[in-house]
Amino acid sequence: MNYSSLIIAVLILLGGAYLLGRNRARAIASQGIRLHSLPTHYGALMALWTGLPPLLLLLIWGLAEAPIIDHLLIAQLPEAIQQGTSSEIQLTISKVHNLAIGAGIDAAPELEPAVRHLIDLQQRTLLLHSGMVLSLALLGIALTWRRIKADMRARTEVESIVRRLLFASSGVAVLTTLGILASVLYEAWQFFGKVSPFEFLFGTTWSPQVALRADQSGSSGSFGAVPLFAGTLLISLIAMFIAVPVGLMAAIYLSEYATPTIRQYAKPALEILAGIPTVVYGFFAALTVAPVIRELGESMGLAVSSESALAAGLVMGIMIIPFVSSLSDDVINAVPQSLRDGSYGLGATKSETVKEVVIPAALPGIVGAIMLAVSRAIGETMIVAMAAGLAANLTANPLDSVTTVTVQIVTLLVGDQEFDSPKTLAAFALGLVLFLVTLVLNFVALKVVQKYREQYD
Amino acid sequence: MSIIENHKTNGAAFCENPKLKARDVGVFYGEKQAIFDVSLDIGANEVIALIGPSGCGKSTFLRCLNRMNDTIDICQIRGEILLDGENIYDPKVDVVPLRARVGMVFQKPNPFPKSIYDNVAYGPRIHGLAHSRVDLDEIVEKSLQRAGLWNEVKDRLHSPGTGLSGGQQQRLCIARTIAVDPEVILMDEPCSALDPIATAKIEELIDELRENYTIAIVTHSMQQAARVSQRTAYFHLGQLIEVNPTDQVFTTPQHTLTEAYITGRFG
Repeated sequence: MNYSSLIIAVLILLGGAYLLGRNRARAIASQGIRLHSLPTHYGALMALWTGLPPLLLLLIWGLAEAPIIDHLLIAQLPEAIQQGTSSEIQLTISKVHNLAIGAGIDAAPELEPAVRHLIDLQQRTLLLHSGMVLSLALLGIALTWRRIKADMRARTEVESIVRRLLFASSGVAVLTTLGILASVLYEAWQFFGKVSPFEFLFGTTWSPQVALRADQSGSSGSFGAVPLFAGTLLISLIAMFIAVPVGLMAAIYLSEYATPTIRQYAKPALEILAGIPTVVYGFFAALTVAPVIRELGESMGLAVSSESALAAGLVMGIMIIPFVSSLSDDVINAVPQSLRDGSYGLGATKSETVKEVVIPAALPGIVGAIMLAVSRAIGETMIVAMAAGLAANLTANPLDSVTTVTVQIVTLLVGDQEFDSPKTLAAFALGLVLFLVTLVLNFVALKVVQKYREQYD
Repeated sequence: MSIIENHKTNGAAFCENPKLKARDVGVFYGEKQAIFDVSLDIGANEVIALIGPSGCGKSTFLRCLNRMNDTIDICQIRGEILLDGENIYDPKVDVVPLRARVGMVFQKPNPFPKSIYDNVAYGPRIHGLAHSRVDLDEIVEKSLQRAGLWNEVKDRLHSPGTGLSGGQQQRLCIARTIAVDPEVILMDEPCSALDPIATAKIEELIDELRENYTIAIVTHSMQQAARVSQRTAYFHLGQLIEVNPTDQVFTTPQHTLTEAYITGRFG
């Protein structure tokens, strides 16, 4: 049996176990004995014990099977191949796998025993794990069936299992973050073994070309990331310059002035902006906004680069408007009506009330919203990749072409690269910096928002 | 409910020296009528208590007196309300100075998220009442003194108003209202969120404020109505059933509904 039919079989057993457990509980209840829990709880308990262990086993098996089979396979390979480097062995292993499914390009008689061994191994493990999974499911049914009695606390047990399931789900998210962080840290560590962190963080020349072969001349590589940080900062600043005032004013209009009908249509319409794929914003920036800015600048006698920071920043600002407006709108709405009433009751006008009472009350939340938007701007990739260019200029002129951390990460990793060269590893160092900055920003933003929430609950 | 089908108010709804005069006031929330033809005088320098079971329209009526209901879109008001003989619902009337003349204290203390000083200074600032920093300091001090809060907060005027206790917050809100020098103060169950000691302080304060202001207070506590008010108006299902001097309402109510309410048979 393959994986999908095994899963279906377990699910069918699980459904059957539910009915079985429930009916057994009902049968006990019909004898006039008072059950501790509802019959459905007994059913659910039985279903959980039937379904969870086999599915867990399947998961672990799926993760562990391939390495174990490969390990067994290597032991079977001819001596000559086993002496080779690890990449040569890997190559042979995948060749054997291909031959086993009949996709071998050229016949390799010396691998024939290995192929047969692999097919044999695969068949045996399949049989083994199908048997184990199904018997585990049946064992679950049998054991739980015996445990179902009138005074058994099925509800308590179901709830504690469910609680653990929920905990595990949230654990997945946290562990993933930790895993990503660990891998980025590891690669960045390798990078800093080749390039000093001081040069990386404070150097002002970015030219990540390194020699691919020893006999190549020229590019020795220079990894001063300051121009990238500066470019990121410049574009983010331009973006925030657009997004904060427009987003904030839109939020004030929507929450304080708009009639319910207008709000009903305007708010979703604004949020559609957030749903536009960033790649669409990217070509909007590169093909529409950038030429307009360029022509406008030229008509005023300014030298405008065709991939200006201004174009990328403007479009990014537009993309971020809904972040600012939607979050600010929420916090402004969370300001209690009693505060507004208090202000109106003193004879304040609407704008005075908004300016003097509502905005100050919502300010921590608005700051939180802006910081989340900033971290979004710093991490944004597609728009800048398409519209901001690759030239690592260290400049504060928005009409110049600059590049950003994210754009460089993309260009460093695109194409055929040796994966242990400083060039590719630099991407991880940049990623680490980006990760840390946005992490700190998000953390501070969440703290600020939290503090605000506590004030009015 | 046949008793209240005739829209007649028992007792003395009108008085000799009225500050506010409501005439045939009706309030609608959309299709639903919340108040029916209420006519009532509120005399200068008196405290009038508005009592009645929940949902009887007493708060709605109170909010009509400084047009706070304007902030609710679907709310419509008929009839007229005269402040010193001038109809406050006249299209020519600007609601901003009106609310400065008719201040309001709310059920839940709602200090602004500002310092104690700025809370009190808020009204004078927006109305331009103070011409200098010294002026403003003086208004703030005087208002806090009148609200009986000065001694408790004079050393921490610049700490947040939200850090005060519930009773202090409510007195801060009263000080804030007094600071714009209103003529009438409307209070919507000002003590319902407070403990008995804080309530006693506010009641004492209301009695002192009567010297300078006209006060209308909505309350659910009949003891409070009896303690602080000179006249009492009893509302029932949007109608004004009876208005009489307070001691008379609580000793010899005219209407059977009033009697039923004050003796605790409902409400």
